[in-house]
Amino acid sequence: MAAEKELKNKGGDKYSLIVPTYNERLNIALLVYLVFKHLRNVDFEIIIVDDGSPDGTQDVVKQLQQVYGEDRILLRARPKKLGLGTAYAHGLKHASGNFVVIMDADLSHHPKYLPAFIKKQQETGASIVTGTRYITGGGVHGWNLMRKLTSRGANVLAHTLLWPGVSDLTGSFRLYRKLVLEDLINSCVSKGYVFQMEMIVRASRKGYRIEEVPITFVDRVFGSSKLGGSEIVEYLKGLAYLLVTT
Amino acid sequence: MKHIFKIITLLVAISALWIGLLQMSLVPRSHTWLLPIYFIVSLGCYGLLMVGIGLMRFPTCPQEAALLQQDISEANEFLKQRGVDVGSD
Repeated sequence: MAAEKELKNKGGDKYSLIVPTYNERLNIALLVYLVFKHLRNVDFEIIIVDDGSPDGTQDVVKQLQQVYGEDRILLRARPKKLGLGTAYAHGLKHASGNFVVIMDADLSHHPKYLPAFIKKQQETGASIVTGTRYITGGGVHGWNLMRKLTSRGANVLAHTLLWPGVSDLTGSFRLYRKLVLEDLINSCVSKGYVFQMEMIVRASRKGYRIEEVPITFVDRVFGSSKLGGSEIVEYLKGLAYLLVTT
Repeated sequence: MKHIFKIITLLVAISALWIGLLQMSLVPRSHTWLLPIYFIVSLGCYGLLMVGIGLMRFPTCPQEAALLQQDISEANEFLKQRGVDVGSD
């Protein structure tokens, strides 16, 4: 990527990548390899918050620490599944960088976009750079028509009601200034992907500068992100909650 | 200001305009009475149109899936050499 070559390590910025995992034994090694491949001249650490995966995710992470070093890959496990929001808060406690990147472990967020996030932040001085699937250069693969329909419907509804100023509300591939993320996590209470929406809407209301970069989202496990009736109800509740509290 | 109040303010402003129209009777009352229905219908049409456009223009990236497969096999090869257990994928 062109962005990668132009990337300079300016002013000792350090990036902490927080990756929550649960049963990601096969994916976490791939993810770590790809991060190291695409972030060459950057000071970074990967903080893996594993929620007691029974599949041996933590064993693989320990093997990765042998390859890449324990100072680059931090395993900060928790005893059981405790939710996404608290996983970020937990990872954040151990983050030593002044920027934090949040991404999924299942490779739907490709590390090759990381240089673009960093470059965008350096160019604009933004507090948050969020990956969006819905602008030129972005896209989704592996969704059926129903999934696309619910996604578009949810997006139109949220934009009509909330005017968030960000095109992709529920995406979770984002770069934050560490202090900003701390502030946001403390003021957000939702769960699941409503949490992602709450973070970005609150950030927008608080006046933080938000920039977007296009990302592609490859859903490898078909049907894994299906949206059932209960998710739709949760989403609508989340929308109503954001309407009256932000 | 909470966002819901912004929306309520907007709705109140529109209602005020409508009541004004009713009072002034610039247009026949029977037409003015129907305006809120037109408003709701056009809002619904706007929503459907936006969803429709969004669906038609939904950005997809089948080539990315192929590229990812390449990356995965490249990563697996490297990790196997370094003794990381990558399992049988």
